[in-house]
Amino acid sequence: MWLKGYIIMAKRYMAIWFRHLVTDWLMLRRPELRDIPFVCVAPERNRIVITAANYLAEAGGIFAGMAAADAKALCIGLQVLDAIPGKEAKLLRQLGLWCIRYTPVVSVDLPDGLLLDISGCDHLWGGERGYLKELVLKLRASGYDARAAIADTAGAAWAVARFGKVSPIVAAGGHAEALLSLPPAALRLEATVMERLQKLGLRTVGSFITMPRRELRRRFGEGLLLRMGQALGLEDEVLVPLVPPMPFVERLPCLEPVCTATGIEIAIKNLLERLCLRLQNEGKGLRKAMLKCYRVDGKMVEAAISTNRGSHSVSHLCKLFELQVVKIEPALGIELFLLEAPKVEDVDVVQEMLWAGKPGLADTALAELLDRIATKVGTERIRRYLPAEHYWPERSIRPAISLQEVPSTSWRTNRPRPVRLLPRPEIIEVMALLPDYPPKVFTYRGKRHIVAKADGPERIEREWWHDKGMHRDYYAVEDTEGQRYWVFRSGHFDDAPEWFLHGFFA
Amino acid sequence: MPENKKNIISKLQQDILQWEGYKPPTAGTRGVVGLGPIEAVFPNGAFPVGAVHELVCGNSEEVAAAEGFIGGLLSVLMRGGGACLWVALSQTLFAPALKAFGVEPDRVIFLNLLRDKDVLWVMEEALKCPGLAAVIGEVSTLDFKQSRRLQLAVEQSHVTGFILRNDSKKLGSTACAARWQVRPLPSGSAEGLPGLGIPRWQVDLLKVRNGQPGSWVLEWDESKFVAVEEIDVAERIHNYG
Repeated sequence: MWLKGYIIMAKRYMAIWFRHLVTDWLMLRRPELRDIPFVCVAPERNRIVITAANYLAEAGGIFAGMAAADAKALCIGLQVLDAIPGKEAKLLRQLGLWCIRYTPVVSVDLPDGLLLDISGCDHLWGGERGYLKELVLKLRASGYDARAAIADTAGAAWAVARFGKVSPIVAAGGHAEALLSLPPAALRLEATVMERLQKLGLRTVGSFITMPRRELRRRFGEGLLLRMGQALGLEDEVLVPLVPPMPFVERLPCLEPVCTATGIEIAIKNLLERLCLRLQNEGKGLRKAMLKCYRVDGKMVEAAISTNRGSHSVSHLCKLFELQVVKIEPALGIELFLLEAPKVEDVDVVQEMLWAGKPGLADTALAELLDRIATKVGTERIRRYLPAEHYWPERSIRPAISLQEVPSTSWRTNRPRPVRLLPRPEIIEVMALLPDYPPKVFTYRGKRHIVAKADGPERIEREWWHDKGMHRDYYAVEDTEGQRYWVFRSGHFDDAPEWFLHGFFA
Repeated sequence: MPENKKNIISKLQQDILQWEGYKPPTAGTRGVVGLGPIEAVFPNGAFPVGAVHELVCGNSEEVAAAEGFIGGLLSVLMRGGGACLWVALSQTLFAPALKAFGVEPDRVIFLNLLRDKDVLWVMEEALKCPGLAAVIGEVSTLDFKQSRRLQLAVEQSHVTGFILRNDSKKLGSTACAARWQVRPLPSGSAEGLPGLGIPRWQVDLLKVRNGQPGSWVLEWDESKFVAVEEIDVAERIHNYG
């Protein structure tokens, strides 16, 4: 089908079934188990039940779900091991990550399989037959007893991998036919539904697939129809990829390992030019970028940058990376550069030129400057403050979240506030009249100040829902030399209050 | 013809200033920052915007006074809607106080750095950014080479820079347009009312490039600088008897 110049490619899926996943792994870990029948057991409803059995045990008529006591009676010399909870998921994840070399979309299909979207990947191995052979042989060589099948839908591939007897590769469009002779269990049904089908004598998929959907829904529920639809390709089935695909990635393999700063800069520029072109075409701007440098010695070094607003300007991003180049240690040389953009956002491409000269916080040049500073000294060192609705001086300002955030309340000016506020008030020795007069004389850092003028007190109560302690009575005082201070008495006059200096007025 | 000679000399002075990079004043640049008599001592009689000014402070009280003085200048410089960068080693400036000097505190971006080196690097980068109204840096020392780097940075961008330096002892030569010292003075009280008056400072211009150093007393009155011609001796006696 032709649509907007693209061919909509037919999807092909592969299902891999590990028949003895956990026992295979145990045999790899403990070679002494290789020639003896053994089972893994776990307690279930006050019984010890077998969760996995190796092929020797299975040959002796032992299967998962059996009570361990029965199995011991059946097979003499049966080794019984405790099952490790969650081991299947871990193993499947590892195997799935290994499979990434065959296709980017690999999803874990608990408890014993993997589902791969192999659309457009098989030609690299000379067709589906070669692809399947390569994958299965590699898995078997590494010690896992794997069966695989390829079909148009994930459901059909799953069914054929487990129950197929003819060919593991179902030709395009042939999946419905291939399903007909398989048992109902091939449709990934619930145990209750399967039991009911069994009771009614429906032993193959073909025996009920042509029945009216209404009847099937009434008797077996929506689950059966969904599974049937997924196997036949009528319903969508979304695979959750093990490694989420990164939409904006650029690779630069090098013929010769790069080990100079200039070389790294050229590589960064090259990657950025390609990435920014793509971003620009899609109307996106980069917020975070990560440069991964794969070295000859097998190690990987990273450099990351972030911006205040989406940008696809090569020169600006290049400048940000230039500040980071010194941190990249090339050692014997870098053979592969990978530039990833994990965070992008929409930008107004059209208006960028028009608004470039806008003054104030919306200025592009300012945002770029702050990006450069943040790359050099760290984002946490850049602060902008907005008013907060608190009287307590330390809480009366709060850091702004972004450069664009505007104050929600106005700045208070009705009370004098010092230009310099000490991060924590410093204790002073004071001579003051009772009960609530400003100090006459105070000593701060060994220097005596005689107070000539004073304003106050301004009582600021503690916010009891935030912290406990005494209120503060603030005085603005001026000494004989004209230096102006903000001092406060913590607590009431009659219980030996302490005096503190908290700020300096202009 | 003394009249003629005077004209020639002033013409030559204008030329020299132009060669040194001072543009002839355009209409409306004089008296913009509202420093009154101080502005007359600068070349062309205009406060050098787009230059680096150095403020020498000896102690915390003087730093506070200098910050108030800068706040007053910022209110004019940021009138066009520009933002301002305040770079310091430790942040002690209390943002709400700037509001009293007519500055929108949320348009000031604060940077707290660890080393003098970082402050100077950030200042130099910021001074090259034409979108900013002003950049203020607090450092402990500043040598001639560093001041020249900063001065070169502003020549293209015309951003105004202020350097607050804490070592009033080791003052060398500077490439900055001016070197100031601002010290707090006892405030005058209006009609003998008790309590603190409006902030009053002793503003000394220690060095000016192509200008006349001098000394003034300034007050910050609501929204503008007011030059106090002479401190009323009687007022002093009244205050401190």
